[in-house]
Amino acid sequence: MHELSIVASIVDSVTESLAVYHGARVMEVRLRVGALAAVVEDSLQFCYGIATEGTALEGSKLVVKILPVVMHCEACGADGEIESLQSFRCPHCGEPVNELRQGRELEIESIEIEETEEAVEP
Amino acid sequence: MTTRIVELRKGILKKNDELAAGLRQRFSSAGVLVLNLVSSPGTGKTAFLERTLKTLREGGARVAALVGDLETDNDARRLAASGAPVRQINTHGICHLEAEMVGKHLEGWDLAGLDYLFIENVGNLVCPSSYDLGEKIRVALLSVTEGEDKPLKYPTLFNSADAAVITKIDLAEPCGFDRETALKNIREIRPGIRILETSAKTGAGMAEWLEYLTEQRAVRSA
Repeated sequence: MHELSIVASIVDSVTESLAVYHGARVMEVRLRVGALAAVVEDSLQFCYGIATEGTALEGSKLVVKILPVVMHCEACGADGEIESLQSFRCPHCGEPVNELRQGRELEIESIEIEETEEAVEP
Repeated sequence: MTTRIVELRKGILKKNDELAAGLRQRFSSAGVLVLNLVSSPGTGKTAFLERTLKTLREGGARVAALVGDLETDNDARRLAASGAPVRQINTHGICHLEAEMVGKHLEGWDLAGLDYLFIENVGNLVCPSSYDLGEKIRVALLSVTEGEDKPLKYPTLFNSADAAVITKIDLAEPCGFDRETALKNIREIRPGIRILETSAKTGAGMAEWLEYLTEQRAVRSA
């Protein structure tokens, strides 16, 4: 349960990015989370309400996009999504795979903000 | 009122990742091999590390350890009996170690005077997988009392490991441990991973583990 630490980092990071948009309110925060990132969306959502209280993110919506694990197979050269997290094998030829192209992401993709009249452009 | 979308594309753990990269650089230039030991609570990380520190020191290697727990310095005291420098990191509720905690607890240590530094993470098979500590080798430990399907249940951690250590093999028989299935499951999650089977109690498998450590040190200084 490190989701609270993760959400606290999101709040810090978004607040930092807001510095150039004076008085802006955050409406939505969009994340990209890999299926291997060891993060549970329900826990993120639960912690989000608590961690955003009293910040510019209060009341905003958290949108989590889960990214599947994409591997590259050295044996057959294919790129593709692995079929299950219980078996790291190439979906085409069935060989074991170690090279992952996607699946560990944990990032803020974008934020939607509402600016007031007096907002200053960066 | 205007609404706009601001593209950020920012890593959420960027701060930790940057600190870890800095540590990795420091470790590498000091010539110390750093390992991050991760497992569930009760796998026997501390007993395994006690035996590792003792044996390495007897062989003339210069070793040190950082040990993470929510509370108490019990583990640090146990490990310090080996004669190696040991520091306890108390996270006070946090379920994993972070690069910043590691950095803070290294203050005053001469890293260049060390061959190996072991970081025993907080007992947890989920959260530590997201936090890079600057280690060269991440070791996932699994005891014979835990069940052969543990790697399948915790793929995020086992898939990020460089080596897997099976502990308490002296208990394999009474526990009805199915060795073949366990090895197969580990390899299904992390193909090609080096697997070591050990007992801190009897010393079984410790020679292979020390051999692995020596190999890895040679690789990194080559």
